[in-house]
Amino acid sequence: MVVFGLWVINKAGGLVYQRNFTDGLAQLTSNEYLVLAGTLHGIHAITSRLSPTGPSSGAQVIEGETFKLTILLTVTGTKFVLSTPLAETAAESILQRVYEIYSDTVMKNPFHTPEMPIRSEGFDSRIVGLLGSGQS
Amino acid sequence: MATPSKQYKAIGEDLWKSRTEKVNAELFALTYGALVVQLIQDYEDYGEVNKQLEKMGYNIGTRLIEDFLARSSVGRCSDFREVGEVVAKVGFKSFLNITPTVTHPPPTSRPTSVQRQTSVPNSSFTLTLDENPLAEFVELPEEALEGGLWFSNVLCGVLRGALEMVQMQVQVEFLSDVLRGDETTELRVTLLKYLEEEVPMGDE
Repeated sequence: MVVFGLWVINKAGGLVYQRNFTDGLAQLTSNEYLVLAGTLHGIHAITSRLSPTGPSSGAQVIEGETFKLTILLTVTGTKFVLSTPLAETAAESILQRVYEIYSDTVMKNPFHTPEMPIRSEGFDSRIVGLLGSGQS
Repeated sequence: MATPSKQYKAIGEDLWKSRTEKVNAELFALTYGALVVQLIQDYEDYGEVNKQLEKMGYNIGTRLIEDFLARSSVGRCSDFREVGEVVAKVGFKSFLNITPTVTHPPPTSRPTSVQRQTSVPNSSFTLTLDENPLAEFVELPEEALEGGLWFSNVLCGVLRGALEMVQMQVQVEFLSDVLRGDETTELRVTLLKYLEEEVPMGDE
């Protein structure tokens, strides 16, 4: 299982968590990450409006030549985005696990303010347990 | 997504069994009791205690919903009737191991408050709790009865908070409570409106 990176985007389109899991990836500045996450949020909203066959979810997978983004949108509006190699087939189930970890370690943490950046050791360590540590 | 209610029951049972973390029911009941008593001491007014319990529940609900969604993987409900079924058979079952009876009122046109939605036939339901883990061992003193304390009012808040996070504004209130000497413990959930913030369209 190879995972490049994980993003968590709040319902307003703000990036609240970002982490890379593989060495030697092209690095962006934190500001660039914020801008791109916001843009993805917008693109996602556009894709759901583009549906020719009535109401639909937004984009769930976006593929490039060397990687793909798998997007899990929860009913409450939070987005989990996983960037993986094209061959990774388990991305969706990984995201579901990430959601469970998020609900346990972030939402149940009384010191975490909803919609704010996630700074929780518990979340970090369980994510690392799930996806491997990488570098960063 | 018209999942028959039987299936919800199965999902609820399954969640309850496979959920790993459980806590001793007596510890739970006693802790909650201590909390309520502390609130009564602090506020010295039962109406205010009801309000505070509801507020606490609301804050719990807005967070608990994520846990519920992450584990149950039930999708968006097609109508409010289905919401009732899911709340009772999956929600209450998986968190409290009880399954309240859901009663839907016969379809009537509700007077105000629900204009936006074209037609909302079942915009409320009643949950009848046969047992209440929160109220285990509890006997309300005369004073609390007179003051109008709803001992389990935290549940109202939890439901309101959780449903608000999935774009439903509801009003939840206790109709009766066995602790007050009523025959049953009943909660009524009324849909006020669907919130329209960036509604994520039905998945799949």
